[in-house]
Amino acid sequence: MKELKLMKGNEAIAEAAIRAGADGYFGYPITPQSEVMEYLMVERPEERTGMVVLQAESEVASINMVYGGAACGKRCLTSSSSPGVSLMQEGISYIAGAELPCLIVNVVRGGPGLGTIQPSQADYFQSVKGGGHGDYKLITLAPASVQEMYDFVKIAFDLAFKYRNPALILSDGAIGQMMEKVELDEQRPRFTDEEIRKNTPWATFGKPDYRKHNIITSLELDPGKQEKVNLRIQAKYRELEANEVRYEKIMCDDAEYIFVAYGSSSRICQKAIQLGRDKGLKLGLLRPITLYPFPGKVLNELADQVKGMLAVEMSAGQMVEDVRLSVNGKVKVEHYGRFGGIIPSPSEVLNAIEQKIIGG
Amino acid sequence: MAKVKGSIVIDIERCKGCEVCTTACPNDVIAMSKQVNGKGYHFAETVNDDCIGCANCAVVCPDGVITVYRAKLND
Amino acid sequence: MAEILTKEDIIKEENLIYKRTPVLTDNIMHYCPGCGHGTIHRIIAEVVEEMGIQSQTIAIAPVGCSVLAYNYFEIDMQEAAHGRAPALATAVKRLMPEKFVFTYQGDGDLAAIGTAETIHACNRAENITIFFVNNGIYGMTGGQMAPTTLFGMKTATSPYGRDLKHNGNPLKITELVAQLPGTIFVTRQSVQNPASVRKAKKAVRKALESQKLNKGTSFVEFVSNCNSGWKMTPNQANKWMEENMFPFYPLGDLKDEIGK
Repeated sequence: MKELKLMKGNEAIAEAAIRAGADGYFGYPITPQSEVMEYLMVERPEERTGMVVLQAESEVASINMVYGGAACGKRCLTSSSSPGVSLMQEGISYIAGAELPCLIVNVVRGGPGLGTIQPSQADYFQSVKGGGHGDYKLITLAPASVQEMYDFVKIAFDLAFKYRNPALILSDGAIGQMMEKVELDEQRPRFTDEEIRKNTPWATFGKPDYRKHNIITSLELDPGKQEKVNLRIQAKYRELEANEVRYEKIMCDDAEYIFVAYGSSSRICQKAIQLGRDKGLKLGLLRPITLYPFPGKVLNELADQVKGMLAVEMSAGQMVEDVRLSVNGKVKVEHYGRFGGIIPSPSEVLNAIEQKIIGG
Repeated sequence: MAKVKGSIVIDIERCKGCEVCTTACPNDVIAMSKQVNGKGYHFAETVNDDCIGCANCAVVCPDGVITVYRAKLND
Repeated sequence: MAEILTKEDIIKEENLIYKRTPVLTDNIMHYCPGCGHGTIHRIIAEVVEEMGIQSQTIAIAPVGCSVLAYNYFEIDMQEAAHGRAPALATAVKRLMPEKFVFTYQGDGDLAAIGTAETIHACNRAENITIFFVNNGIYGMTGGQMAPTTLFGMKTATSPYGRDLKHNGNPLKITELVAQLPGTIFVTRQSVQNPASVRKAKKAVRKALESQKLNKGTSFVEFVSNCNSGWKMTPNQANKWMEENMFPFYPLGDLKDEIGK
């Protein structure tokens, strides 16, 4: 018997964290994602699984709490929205530099600055190109439904632990707030002390007699050694790029023109495809699920088949750059987007591909 | 009545010549050597046999370079 | 007849009364000669050894002169971003409440960039111990003014001496923290002479023991020297500290509610 629940995107993240065996959530309220923490506070997972939930004094404190917990080999997560995630960049860089696993959820709102509380996709660069200082990447997953908000939490945690790297779920205010049916899976237990000793022997859990003390740090003053650290981290990224790309192809088999879109934009494009096909246009959609590692290879292959691509993002054009890099000049790539929290309509998007790609 | 007599061992190469031990010693046992160690510091050394093993020097040493022994004298 | 003992007679295993604790690593500490950091590291390590909690302790290092503290304590340790140590410690202690958790921080770390983390961890009564080394200056970065720099003190960023108009007041963060109901033990110590070191060590022990009570945060400030930053010899610096720092940052217990 499946367990089904009608939930908000934000609530799905929270429930997923509990069921994925998360050890700690540390967060700070910010619209449009405060329901994540509110749900956790109401649910009291401390009684369900022993999971710690703490409202920190700021996003800066939140991400540093995640760091401390992650350094102990625990599954820790935080959630925020754009301005709060900006505050977390220092901590995220430290987590990546110290090679720790964790999950950050960004329910993106319009910016820059304090911006608006309406949805946006203008944090793509911040998410996949760095955000914080230094050479690092975030394993970035982009849900396009409330079910995916739920599913991706466990996937993100597992990838984070597999590669000892922070993971990010890049959502937006629409998906965070919308309500859809979610199929819930079974409770997975939190890590036992034994599992931590075995699976994450690098963690700080109190120096036992059988080893020297463990140090979790991102500091290495010797340049030769620091380069080695970076090379090791880069090697992980090559592995990620080779093995963990995820995407969805919708009606691409016979497509002559495709949309490239993730999250809310991908849902709008799906409707636009329907409208277009009704008019006889052979449209398709490549929906990246991992924004890092980016599905560049499949886009490059599609470039041999289609006559043009339109990246649809609620931004001034960020992912479109990666689309262009991927197709390497083989076909025309344009961008269509709205800002300030405005969500484009399917007919607007159809019109855009007609004007910019098909017509041109 | 038992008296105590002490002796200290200074790890010369770890000593940084900060001289804080010299003021801590109640019996002026310690002074800075005219020689220097591998790092170029004038290290601490004992200059008399009046050590009573109070461990003041060791307790105040920022680098923990002093080991202290104390024996009881029998009259 | 009175026995005459030679050095060889005295230096024997059974006569050993003091040696470097194994809870400190063998690494030579990079601190300047005479710097209080070394002494403070030592007494904390000794207390951890005496309490038998080396395998139960997780510590958080700051950014500052003691950024490499994790190379000196044979304890599982994490390096925090500047000022954030109490946040890391909060998570560690809440996730593993049976462990002993302490932060080790300087004056910039704890009282400038980390003020919010310090106040809020104390306010939440986190069952951690915060060790605060206050030498009124930013040593690691070359001797700039700290929140705890005294009026008139010359530093790299207060070359004419700290004054109210340009630089504001020195911050008595320990007094602030003592007022929060979440702290149960707040004390100010020093390590410039043997008596004060022994007293400070007792305070360290009291603070770490108090974690067993789960009654709140213990906070130990060490007023310490920075002979390099103050441009004096270690003995001169200790004397200057006694004459100038201690009147402004008086030693003693500001709060002790352990027995309550």
